[in-house]
Amino acid sequence: MNHLDIDKIRKQFPVLDQQVYGKPLVYFDNAATTQKPLCVIERERDYYLHENCNIHRGVHYLSQMATEAYENARKTVAQFVNARQAQEIVFTRGTTESLNLLATSLGQLLVNEGDKVVVSAMEHHSNMVPWQQMLMRSKGELLVIRMDKKGVLDLNHYEELLKQRPKIVSIAHISNTLGTVNPIKEMIAMAHKYNIPVVVDGAQSMAHQVIDVQDLDCDFYVFSGHKMYAPMGIGGLYGKMEWLEKMPPYQFGGEMVDTVSFEKTTFNKVPFKFEAGTPNVGAALGLETAVKFIQSFDRQEVEAYEDELLEYATEQLANIEGTRFIGQAPKRNGLISFVIDGIHPYDLGTIIDKMGVAVRTGHHCAEPVMTFFGIPGTVRASFAMYNTKEEIDIFVKAVERAANMLK
Amino acid sequence: MTIKEIQDSIVEEFSMFDDWMDRYAMLIEMGKECPIIDPQYRNDNYLINGCQSRVWLHAELKDGKIYFTADSDAVITKGIINLLIKVFSGQTPADILAADMGFLDEIGLKEHLSPTRSNGLLSMVKQMMLYAEVMNNN
Repeated sequence: MNHLDIDKIRKQFPVLDQQVYGKPLVYFDNAATTQKPLCVIERERDYYLHENCNIHRGVHYLSQMATEAYENARKTVAQFVNARQAQEIVFTRGTTESLNLLATSLGQLLVNEGDKVVVSAMEHHSNMVPWQQMLMRSKGELLVIRMDKKGVLDLNHYEELLKQRPKIVSIAHISNTLGTVNPIKEMIAMAHKYNIPVVVDGAQSMAHQVIDVQDLDCDFYVFSGHKMYAPMGIGGLYGKMEWLEKMPPYQFGGEMVDTVSFEKTTFNKVPFKFEAGTPNVGAALGLETAVKFIQSFDRQEVEAYEDELLEYATEQLANIEGTRFIGQAPKRNGLISFVIDGIHPYDLGTIIDKMGVAVRTGHHCAEPVMTFFGIPGTVRASFAMYNTKEEIDIFVKAVERAANMLK
Repeated sequence: MTIKEIQDSIVEEFSMFDDWMDRYAMLIEMGKECPIIDPQYRNDNYLINGCQSRVWLHAELKDGKIYFTADSDAVITKGIINLLIKVFSGQTPADILAADMGFLDEIGLKEHLSPTRSNGLLSMVKQMMLYAEVMNNN
């Protein structure tokens, strides 16, 4: 196990070592996408240099090798989230595709006319719009768990909603705008009392927390590779086998079929029936390497370090006059959202960009959250294991300077 | 002044700064001087799409010339729209339609012209041109 040596870690991420507008880059947009370590980049490159082949159908050497590598990647991911078996992992393009798959396929299986689905008030659009659109077609209703002004979900209200017998619950593990860590284990248990399956949006948690799907007892857990040091274009969906077996396919064609005639098609088994078309093999191998990269550290140590960064940044920002934190849940992870009174987040982001600091500004694909807080957007700084307190100092100084200019 | 003359004077003003911070400070100042839209037009009908901040723009034809007013909730955006207003307000629709926007390059705002930029400078220019086109046909 590697001891956390941030300098050494940063050397794995060449993209961090550059100047923008003549200033050293401070990359605090990790909730949008993390940077990729050399080992991940090299793994994907290697695949295209030596192993590239379409999988599952060739009898020849390269195809067999690529198939084996791809299936090994599935095993690695399954073991990473402690799934019971590798087949419970479906590779997708990412969280959004996983959620669309579920809204379509699980929706088709469970949701009939007039039925309800529960999401929370802090969801990313990707965990809201697919359900909303599906429910529009089925003339159903989207039920939304309320939250308070600190960004904490109201579990009493959740219980009330469960009593309305929704067919599916879908909630974020960690909010991408507020940083709130939701008590998903408890929320899953509450839904299960009513025999309602629970989907967890893990986009913001996989890189930061140890995920054990058996311990959580979630029915589905979805995530994006690119937010956990892996390449873009790959992600996944964990699903309990009993659900995956019952669910109809989402897209058709390619490897997902069993037998085909013009009259009828039968489908391949799980997980292949959900993986239509040629998968992104190179990225899947990159994801496997990213998982191994994360596993090469003491996870508790990484989590503690990232919490320390969050705490330090919060303390330092609080010294700036007019700072208001959006999202003050007692349990937060990975990111800070804030506004400064009288200053538009866009203005602040534009100025600190010129000082080399990369943050996200805007509504973060969660417009209802902004409406709830009555703000046009926030400035969001999000951290990864390669960030440092020195970078936070640069960031806070930049914010201070920008605020003085804009006031 | 003609559009070209106004553009030249803006370029001259901006050329005094080689530091980006001074340039932004200038835009911020310009934002504070923006001729503000009448509250009755500060609604969704006058909102320009494609900006991370909200921008409202109104145009009025008086004696054959167009007069713009605007507002934005972000001060840099307000500065940018006021920059365009300085160039176009009080000009005829035909002159506005014929204007060359190359001066934006010269004042270092070229990066803001790309359609992927979130501040919507391109959308603002388009909206002003659209007003000019409609008013030119009337």
